[in-house]
Amino acid sequence: MSAARSVTDASFDTEVLKSSKPVLVDFWAEWCGPCRAVGPVLDQILAENGEKLDIVKLNVDENPQTAMAYKITSIPAMIVFQNGEAVKTIVGAKPKPALEHDLAAFIA
Amino acid sequence: MRQLIIVGSGPAGYTAAIYAARANFTPLLIASSVEAGGELMNTTEVENFPGFPEGIMGPDLMDAMRAQAERFGTEVLLDDVTSVDFTGSVKKLSTGSNGDFEAQAVIFATGSAYRKLGLPDEDRLSGHGVSWCATCDGFFFRQKTIAVVGGGDSAMEEANFLTKFADKVYVIHRKDTLRASKIMQDRAHANPKIEFIWNSAVTAILGEDALTGVTLTDTVTGAESNLVLDGLFIAIGNDPRTHLIHGQLDLTPEGTIAVVGRSSKTNLTGIFAAGDVIDPSYRQAVTAAASGTVAALDAEHYLSDLESNVVS
Repeated sequence: MSAARSVTDASFDTEVLKSSKPVLVDFWAEWCGPCRAVGPVLDQILAENGEKLDIVKLNVDENPQTAMAYKITSIPAMIVFQNGEAVKTIVGAKPKPALEHDLAAFIA
Repeated sequence: MRQLIIVGSGPAGYTAAIYAARANFTPLLIASSVEAGGELMNTTEVENFPGFPEGIMGPDLMDAMRAQAERFGTEVLLDDVTSVDFTGSVKKLSTGSNGDFEAQAVIFATGSAYRKLGLPDEDRLSGHGVSWCATCDGFFFRQKTIAVVGGGDSAMEEANFLTKFADKVYVIHRKDTLRASKIMQDRAHANPKIEFIWNSAVTAILGEDALTGVTLTDTVTGAESNLVLDGLFIAIGNDPRTHLIHGQLDLTPEGTIAVVGRSSKTNLTGIFAAGDVIDPSYRQAVTAAASGTVAALDAEHYLSDLESNVVS
């Protein structure tokens, strides 16, 4: 069970776009091996940086509208939203130090 | 200090671990943080691994290998080796999140990494129509027109898999014959959604925010043409993953780690190599597993000799 909570097409506006702090959305699916591999890494980053950066998961299979709206064509895709805008996109599973480097502006 | 550390978690690494653990060397296997299980984690049905007459899903096969290695006492660490010093009698390895490790012997089974086309816009449009993982990304190309680049078994498997989603799948290949096995070729030829584009190389990837197509150059005439696409899947082969050991282990002209004869022995005593990282030719799950066995047996002999020398 993931520490990061799930968001849906219905809750995306409230939980992500209107969030007061930056939110990383992990676009994932059950059939995607690299998504399952990077999930626990994101859980660790959330546990260590949850006060600065929220991390949530969006299942693209169950929530196609949001995935389509942000033109997702590869997963895992991790997009950081700040004040309703997509400000950083990371494509593909990466080790924790590499993700921390990519996210330095939000968690440092 | 450990007796044995195994780097890599594909069929070679896990099989080496099964053998070494059964021989009571309690190996530490450093599996990678996000690529544990190796290349087979991104495949679907594996039909040519003996013992599974109905086939088995790649991730299920790797989970089973890991469980078998752990059953006999292998410790699996989900982390990445970031640097090594194999030159002394004590072998040193550093990891991304778990610090440094030392061992008397190391089995190096890091496999291979996807080969890129080497085009300027490849990375920029990666995730925006350019993909490396058909099982991950096929879903996003329902009723779209896409292409697979490559002529091997992986390219044929991806093309066939992608026809579940796409309306049209081009297979772009540099030559006019395929490297793929007969059964995979026949399946692709029989699939009405697949169309082959022969003697063509992708020489440019087109699109601003997302892929819109590619430029093809005819490898015989040199003529250029553009092909409109929604997605491009690159399956042109793999390169052995050797960056950690450059300058320490000898390589072959093909770029794989050089080993002595049919053994796993590298130019450094106590360092053994197995799997796709030593194999420029066969690169199958079964040959990698067999290669892992060879490495485990070579490492066992080496460690036993060390012990008896200490005693005598």
